Amino acid sequence: MSADHHHGPASGITRWLFTTNHKDIGTLYLFFAMMMAFLGGAMAMLIRAELFEPGLQLVEPNFFNQMTTMHGLIMVFGFVMPAFVGFANWQLPMMIGAPDMALPRLNNWSFWILPFAFSILVSTLFMEGGGPNFGWTFYAPLSTTYAPPSVTYFIFAVHLLGMSSILGAINIIATIMNLRAPGMDYMKMPMFVWTWFITAFLLLLVMPVLAGAVTMMLMDIHFGTSFFQAAGGGDPVLFQHVFWFFGHPEVYIIILPAFGIVSQIIPTFSRKPLFGYTSMVYATAAIAIMSTLVWAHHMFTVGMPLVGELFFMYTTMLIAVPTGVKIFNWISTMWRGSMTFEAPMLFSIAFVVLFSIGGFSGLMMAIAPADFQYHDTYFIVAHFHYVLVPGAVFGVFAGVYYWLPKWTGRMYDERLGQLHFWLTFIGANLTFFPQHFVGLAGMPRRIPDYALQFADFNAISSVGAFLFGTSQLVFVVILVRVLKDKASGRLEGAVGERAWEGVEGLEWTLPSPPPYHSFTTPPSIR
Amino acid sequence: MTDKTEGGVRRTAWRLAAGTVLMFGFGFALVPLYEVFCELTGLNGKTNNDPAAYSAPASTRAPTVREHETVRVQFLAINSTEMPWQFQAPETSELHIAPGAAPIDLTYYAHNMSDRDMVAQAVPSVSPGRAAQYLRKIECFCFQRQALAAGASTQLPLRFYISPELPDDIGTITLSYTLFDVSELAASDATASAEPPSAQGS
Repeated sequence: MSADHHHGPASGITRWLFTTNHKDIGTLYLFFAMMMAFLGGAMAMLIRAELFEPGLQLVEPNFFNQMTTMHGLIMVFGFVMPAFVGFANWQLPMMIGAPDMALPRLNNWSFWILPFAFSILVSTLFMEGGGPNFGWTFYAPLSTTYAPPSVTYFIFAVHLLGMSSILGAINIIATIMNLRAPGMDYMKMPMFVWTWFITAFLLLLVMPVLAGAVTMMLMDIHFGTSFFQAAGGGDPVLFQHVFWFFGHPEVYIIILPAFGIVSQIIPTFSRKPLFGYTSMVYATAAIAIMSTLVWAHHMFTVGMPLVGELFFMYTTMLIAVPTGVKIFNWISTMWRGSMTFEAPMLFSIAFVVLFSIGGFSGLMMAIAPADFQYHDTYFIVAHFHYVLVPGAVFGVFAGVYYWLPKWTGRMYDERLGQLHFWLTFIGANLTFFPQHFVGLAGMPRRIPDYALQFADFNAISSVGAFLFGTSQLVFVVILVRVLKDKASGRLEGAVGERAWEGVEGLEWTLPSPPPYHSFTTPPSIR
Repeated sequence: MTDKTEGGVRRTAWRLAAGTVLMFGFGFALVPLYEVFCELTGLNGKTNNDPAAYSAPASTRAPTVREHETVRVQFLAINSTEMPWQFQAPETSELHIAPGAAPIDLTYYAHNMSDRDMVAQAVPSVSPGRAAQYLRKIECFCFQRQALAAGASTQLPLRFYISPELPDDIGTITLSYTLFDVSELAASDATASAEPPSAQGS
């Protein structure tokens, strides 16, 4: 082998700035996501501190609104989505037997857009009039006529991060369609590859529509058009339709990669192949297609015709069918498996159980007449945090614990991992479960103050949030320890190719940590 | 990467990019699609902004007039936030009208209470939404923008009838107008169309 041809990473900062390597870019995505998670988490802590007791204690209502808005935007666009793209970058080439992503330079660009997008977004907090305060759904006219002047920066930031997602999605699809090792048919691809393949198509379908929505806002604000202004013949309800045409598929963009991660982990620690692989693939595709037909269930109360309410109610309920198929497949995979309960498995099992709770509260809200009561209450907050936190976020944790030994060649501290899981599990449930009750009792969302009757459950929720928040520091400790071990070259805790017993898949045929370029010669597939 | 896969990657990437552009266009296409959809279904209670024509039936006994079943029509006048005008519905704020009967004339009242010349636009909304297409306006102040000098007041005419095709189960129709301040919009339109002198007001 000639020394210069298969070079390793460059050294210093330029390695990270100019890298086109899928592992480096994956690492960048994951670290960026973690920073954003702590930033968005800090905002959540502030929100829960304000809501610890009734009355206004810590922050101005307008700043509170900025916190809820930014918390949502940062967690969705800055944490969960980049984290899953990070997983895709690290794992897809290794799982399909490719040397790298199909479009490495584009890959570099799609990551480096993100820090700029979020610098712009976060800087609005320090501008005159404050940052976006209209909720992460930025309904017009709140985000147009009544928006703070910084809204233009917000729009530009959304354009940038949308661009980043679209470029990432193009890269992922191009990789999966063209770089599979010989013999890796579509129906032999690991579930994580499948879920990302479908997610990437969803991204391409709806991110441009989001870009269109914010462009229309921009034109309404600065160029005198009236897309969403009733006075000029526009319609604010149109904004909600356009937004949710993006917004609903977006929630599946967030959850499908987590489905994929869990579908890798549960078979490993049950020591059985995934139950119903084919039905898993079709269920994922069905969820993706149906997700584009249900958007108006977010807006049952805008005054739709009865036929519209019924259509969106039934299609929404139908999504429970493919989702149920997946849940039952995961349970069937565990059935009579010789299970062990390492941290990735614990997070995955918690994912299945708690995501189902979130799914069921979703079914409750799908019932249009009942939704008139739930609309804009804390019940909604409880529901989507149950699908996002024990759903997407637990998926991220599970994936990190599962693949960290592969990425670094070192096993993490299992005892700390267990501690992290249990603190997170208790913290998350303590935070979000009581929110169901206050929501049903009528506490509206996005308010800094509330009626006395909601005080006890809010206090419990806040205590849970502080526990949930601080216990994430355990995760940082685990990560730092592993990286230190790797840097010092300590051999204690080093793992072989197959870091877990009974683990299957192409990535586990590579050494741990894997070489800089994954498969320079395509592997053979059985 | 072999040349073959490189070509494949390039092809895939360009196709996907084209799809992205297409979807960006689709986002904007949603606007006219939504308009058409609303007009067809009466979603949102949007009424037609073009004057309707009323053809009087030969006699009131003709089947096109449902003389004995009347529908209650209510009239509302609402100011949007920060609109300083006085805006009033007709004195008879409620009428019982036979579907298909001869058109009815009503006047709304507006008074510019501010100290500046303003232009306003009234936006109609009909509830229930599906009644919107049966409320036919022959003349309406909402068809044009209304300019009022500071302190001036005016009568705003409305002439409409209820179509005889109105479904039986609708007993009450509410017609509400919301008044919006469009002075800035009108000013920018005036400067855009170049011809009229823009310094008229000063």
